[in-house]
Amino acid sequence: MAWELDSDRPIYAQLVERIQMEIVSGYYPPGGKLPSVRELASVAAVNPNTMQKALAELERSGLVMTQRTSGRTVTEDADKINSIRQKLADSHMITFLGKMKELGYTKKDVIDLVEKSYEGE
Amino acid sequence: MNELVEIVGLTKAYDAKSIAVNNITLSLPKGKIIGLLGPNGSGKTTLIKMMNGLLTPTSGSIKINGRFVGPETKARVAYLPDRTYLAGGQNIKDILNYFADFYSDFSKEKAMEMLQSLNIDPDTKMKTLSKGTKEKVQLILVMSRNADLYILDEPIAGVDPAARDYILNTIINNYNPEATVLISTHLIGDVEKVLDEVIFMRYGQLVLYTSVDNIREQHGKSVDAYFREVFAC
Repeated sequence: MAWELDSDRPIYAQLVERIQMEIVSGYYPPGGKLPSVRELASVAAVNPNTMQKALAELERSGLVMTQRTSGRTVTEDADKINSIRQKLADSHMITFLGKMKELGYTKKDVIDLVEKSYEGE
Repeated sequence: MNELVEIVGLTKAYDAKSIAVNNITLSLPKGKIIGLLGPNGSGKTTLIKMMNGLLTPTSGSIKINGRFVGPETKARVAYLPDRTYLAGGQNIKDILNYFADFYSDFSKEKAMEMLQSLNIDPDTKMKTLSKGTKEKVQLILVMSRNADLYILDEPIAGVDPAARDYILNTIINNYNPEATVLISTHLIGDVEKVLDEVIFMRYGQLVLYTSVDNIREQHGKSVDAYFREVFAC
């Protein structure tokens, strides 16, 4: 299955987000090996140059390391992964709270709703 | 030297009134997948035919791999024309042998493999194939060469969406960092995620040459949507 990509945002940025998510969620565990650029590009159905650019970006952020002989691996630095997780959570929170504000919810309304939703689960 | 194609001041005038390609200067790098986009009659096919030596420029020049277009460049360019050129009476197997004789970089194994995955029987005659299947066979012939430059003129127009995906995947999987693929098409939405760069042409002139992600970053829309805006009638 090709990856679902939005057609109005840069492709490489969406690839970065997707791989970040797969690392944070543990699909690619700390220290684990990533598939090759070619394999990832083929699975995502995108241009290999674009996938290359996305992986270079992940390397710059320190989430992914290049091993001289054996391709790329996920960092073993758990703090690094946690800080990316925190960043992703923050950005989801901002979107969520923005929407709730638009709907007219106060802080208390939101907290009540969150608790109720967890109980209902 | 990283430039594969160097086009300087290229013009083709069929007569004084119809200038199909008007003073184009353009360099294409190695290792990219590039879309050649423009409305009907914007000069895409004329440009492609000059790159393949099928038309002589009125003025200006084209170099591929540092050489002017001629037998040496033709040996390194795999070209899919916008219409069929294969004889209907031949079966596909004969055509594969013909290609293997003609092009030293042609891989029969690769061609057989692709025919098989598209469920095309190599013993059928060309004239009994549907339009879409004919197009698939021709594309397979072109992609089975190990060329420096692949020029595909409307490669997916006549094939169904599932086969389109297969064809685009074939292009990605055959990707070679030394080779460039130039794809002329109207079906921008289908191809844009496999493209690195796009060339926009209008009235024979170069309007824009940039990367897909640049367009998305600067305009916040897909290449398809941006094309519709630029070329709105």
